[in-house]
Amino acid sequence: MSTTPNSDLLLQEPRIEQPLYTPIKRRSFFMYAGATAGATALVLAGCSKSDSSVGMVNVGSGDAGVLNYAYALEQLEAAFYTQLRNGNYYTGLSSTSAERQILDDLYYHEVIHRDFFKTAITAAGATPIKALTPNFANVDFNSRTSVLNTAKAFEDLGVAAYNGAGQYITSSTYLYIAGKIVSVEARHAAIIRDLTSDNSFVGNDIMTITSASNSGVATNNSPANSSLERSLSPSEVVATANNFLADGSKLDVSGLR
Amino acid sequence: MNFFQIISEIEKVDPEVYDRLDSRRSVFKHMTGLGQKLTAAALPLAVGAIFNKVYAQTPVGAGVNDVLNFALKLEYLESYFYNNRTTVTGLSSQNSAALALIATDEANHVTFLRAVLGNNAIAAPATTGVFDYTAKGTFPTALTSANTYLAIAQAFEDTGVRAYKGAAPLVMTNKTVLTAALNIHSVEARHASHIRAMRRAGASSTTPAQGVPASPYTTAPKSWIVGNDGGGPVPGTTDAIYGAGNNSNAPSGITFESEANTTQGGVALSSSTITSIAFPSGSTAFSEAFDEGLDVGSVARIANLFSVTGNYFG
Repeated sequence: MSTTPNSDLLLQEPRIEQPLYTPIKRRSFFMYAGATAGATALVLAGCSKSDSSVGMVNVGSGDAGVLNYAYALEQLEAAFYTQLRNGNYYTGLSSTSAERQILDDLYYHEVIHRDFFKTAITAAGATPIKALTPNFANVDFNSRTSVLNTAKAFEDLGVAAYNGAGQYITSSTYLYIAGKIVSVEARHAAIIRDLTSDNSFVGNDIMTITSASNSGVATNNSPANSSLERSLSPSEVVATANNFLADGSKLDVSGLR
Repeated sequence: MNFFQIISEIEKVDPEVYDRLDSRRSVFKHMTGLGQKLTAAALPLAVGAIFNKVYAQTPVGAGVNDVLNFALKLEYLESYFYNNRTTVTGLSSQNSAALALIATDEANHVTFLRAVLGNNAIAAPATTGVFDYTAKGTFPTALTSANTYLAIAQAFEDTGVRAYKGAAPLVMTNKTVLTAALNIHSVEARHASHIRAMRRAGASSTTPAQGVPASPYTTAPKSWIVGNDGGGPVPGTTDAIYGAGNNSNAPSGITFESEANTTQGGVALSSSTITSIAFPSGSTAFSEAFDEGLDVGSVARIANLFSVTGNYFG
């Protein structure tokens, strides 16, 4: 649908008594609704606008933007697996236990991914975003349940993020590298999910097994019974990721489209 | 707060704001001519038509159908394999349940790819007489011994991950197909991870995730690929699954390295270049952290080991 966005009606601040008898364009509808739907739209509009506000980290646009987006998520994951090493859950694990060895490997892998992106972005002639400050205030690093559930959230989010951002990459080289990383993230996600609950390595919460995708990824229209990963758009991803980032480190991904 | 003012400001900056607030609308972008009367509830039935429409409208390399049909053949190979799981003995109930989950996914992938391809899809292979899971007698207990069965499952899943990864750049001109391919790719990787855990813990284990990795990885693999995986589950036969590909027709800027590769995008990865943390001496993490893709020809050679005619996969 394409209506003319810059109609006089939209540009001016309407007076309450004026426009009720004026033909209302669909896009103007929420101005007059004033009820639930309109309020929701306003909240979302507010978020959209604040994306550009001072204090957020803008990942940029184009291929460099996607690389910085990936760099941001890898920073978050690496910070998490670094911090958990000081918690009682990890330190209490036997050095020969499966869980300890898995968490060690994930720590190594995510640090490698993070540092790789910083180097690769620079090598590509672009500027890496700054080092982000995480906020893990809601994670209890002494609790196995809290740590593993957070790891599960990060790994599943990472897979969905890479899959959803693939379409924004124009270079086959970068697309291929993203593919090399996302399958490792999926391997992580599967084993972490299995640690939280056996045989949860696949599930309808992350795949279109019994219900269709309702993701905002424009090219992701997976039907039910297709068993495709539910990829997520950058804005959907940062809605979660920003909960784990401190003020001043929250991500603005409005350039990825 | 003046709500009207905010809306007006947003409208000026981003005239499509309301379109984007409605996620269902994005589906309809691909449905011009099909009519926008379809409701969200009717979408699953219409998706096949959407893909056909996109394919018909988007000028892409003639190879996209070929790539998708090749993927479909691989999915049939996997799907029929998992449908044969009932003849295998020695699996724990937990592991049998996992194989049932994977079987559902592979059958779903077949259905999905057929819908995407529409009339361009290959004929479904017969359930018998097309695939030979013993690889002409190399694995005589392929469908009876749990250990052999899981070794072959790992081979199929790891190959599938490499195949979709290698093919992604071939379909990137069609964003819908690309996203679908990526969304299958990561599911195959989840399967591979779990199959590896099952092999690590033993076929009869009820807690696969608690299996402890040990060297050699061919018998107790990690959930990710260490170096060349020691030649895979059956060294001498499965080496190619973890080896380098054929680069003669590789897309620009892409080299199909072996799984042991530690140079990514021109960046050599080692404890000398990644110095922000200390790695254990001899750490294998630098190869584990990146999977590698394979070209279609190399995947076909691997898959043809399981073809009765030896050339089903081209």
